[in-house]
Amino acid sequence: MLDWLSPAEWEAVRLSLRVAFWATLFSLPLGIFVAYALARWRFAGRELLNVTVHLPLIMPPVVTGYLLLVAFGARGPVGGFLESWFGISFAFRWTGAALASGVMAFPFMVRAVRLSLEAVDPRLEQAAATLGASRIWVFLTVTLPLILPGIIAGTVLTFAKGMGEFGATITFVSNIPGQTQTIPLAINLLLETPGGEARAARLAALSIAIAAAALVLSELIARRVAARMGRA
Amino acid sequence: MTLSVRLRHRLGAFALDAEFMAPPGLTVLFGRSGSGKTTIVNAVAGLLMPDEGRIVAGDRTLLDTKRGIRLKSHRRRLGYIFQEGRLFPHLTVRQNLAYGAWFAPRHAPRENRDRVVELLGIGSLLDRRPGALSGGEKQRVAIGRALLSAPRLILADEPLAALDEARKAEILPYFERLRDEVSIPILYVSHSATEVARLATTIVALDAGRVVAQGPAAEMLADPAVLPTGAREAGAVVQARVAHHHADGLTELDAGGTPLFLPRVGAPPGDTLRVRISAHDVILARQRPDGLSALNILPGVVQELRPGAGPGTIVALETPAGRLLARITRRSAEALRLEPGSQVHAIIKTVSVAPLDIGGGGAGVEAAGPNGMSHDGTSVRPR
Repeated sequence: MLDWLSPAEWEAVRLSLRVAFWATLFSLPLGIFVAYALARWRFAGRELLNVTVHLPLIMPPVVTGYLLLVAFGARGPVGGFLESWFGISFAFRWTGAALASGVMAFPFMVRAVRLSLEAVDPRLEQAAATLGASRIWVFLTVTLPLILPGIIAGTVLTFAKGMGEFGATITFVSNIPGQTQTIPLAINLLLETPGGEARAARLAALSIAIAAAALVLSELIARRVAARMGRA
Repeated sequence: MTLSVRLRHRLGAFALDAEFMAPPGLTVLFGRSGSGKTTIVNAVAGLLMPDEGRIVAGDRTLLDTKRGIRLKSHRRRLGYIFQEGRLFPHLTVRQNLAYGAWFAPRHAPRENRDRVVELLGIGSLLDRRPGALSGGEKQRVAIGRALLSAPRLILADEPLAALDEARKAEILPYFERLRDEVSIPILYVSHSATEVARLATTIVALDAGRVVAQGPAAEMLADPAVLPTGAREAGAVVQARVAHHHADGLTELDAGGTPLFLPRVGAPPGDTLRVRISAHDVILARQRPDGLSALNILPGVVQELRPGAGPGTIVALETPAGRLLARITRRSAEALRLEPGSQVHAIIKTVSVAPLDIGGGGAGVEAAGPNGMSHDGTSVRPR
């Protein structure tokens, strides 16, 4: 089974899973927070935040990658700061691939969570407050469970995006085997290599299988959540 | 514990300027829609911050804008029963009931959960989710959830308005039991004459954001000068004891020594009931009529006549059963030469008393005293 793919290709699969996992893990709480702020709070700069979050969706991915390179590269303002103060480096490493995937998937996460937040009846949250729940408890015990379907949808989208992001990743962190060469980058390289088509097809099939499995899993969870709330 | 409320709030063209006291028992905030009832309840609950005001529940100040006290909703400990229930759809009935109790302070006096479950008859629903409950069941669970949060005060905002007649009849007795068996004061918003008559121990009548009258329920309902429900829906509440269930489907009540026949009621002999007798169901006669199909003929003395804007007039009379109101035409009043002191007979058709107007419990009615005429100028306070 294991020799179905070459070690280099397995490396790409493992790397893709790792990149998608960390991109999802970090954008989940941040995405919920930003979605909550956009849906519920009125503040100066709200529209600016909204546009910024959605930029990666409408800009060419290469531009997003370029901006990440400028900001988070070793000599970029943010990258340099993180490098010298925390020893965190994004340049030409898998962490950079995760960052690029996370940024590209962020609008999907925020939109999914925000849509379900806007469907939550604020009168239920009021009821919780009259029963003694403070703001944070209202969020944890009422709001969060009610937006679970949106969170699941956002998580799956982010994970799928993490598995498949190409443009921003290759621009930001290049195509380095074992570091930044995720499945799509590996497929791209194989297609440019004479005789690589068969291996490219195998990787493509594998990435379809992973994406489909993630989708099926999320559907199952969403159905269970809906059944629990008596709507199924 | 007494709740005292003083509020000023402006919302567009609507101005609220109200002051009232809710003593222990069930206080009904009564008025048309738009009179400011819900605004007041939301201000008491902390869901709305009024421009100015002071709300004190017992020894706890919930709001005092002058002293800068604005307690957050979750720190007020009030059990709010909403019109639409507002149960948490992701939690079971059991978890909904436990929700408020979980946030209540450890030492707060609490109701026993099993007792509340039994009182509301929701024992068989505990493992269901709100999506699988009927409207009436949801509202019973909502009552239980509020009750179990160890509240200082229970607020209810038209809790029956979203239900059909049958469901209303199902829920009303639970509020009566709440009033009679639980010592927590209740502030209840309603615009239904039936609910006021059955539930209120105190009435605060609102109109256009102002308190137009407040006082003990029996006095307020029988006073033609107040008529919180309006002339059309006027009706007095009499207290009567179940004497006997007859085989022909009638129940005989003992109302101050006079028999009062009603369609069969469920209460066993010996129980005390509150019966609302609608003013337009009472006919007056100068002589005791003979050969009449109506079973209930009560002798009485006219106390007061209050002509209305239309052709009608409201007559208040004192009978052995208590104070009654009759709505007759001015023409009839003149033909019968009615004036305070006139001897009359009040005729009430047995079947005209609606089942919804017969309620359990006697709380509040006795507050008016045997003649229901304890006016001392403070109970009714027009502003």
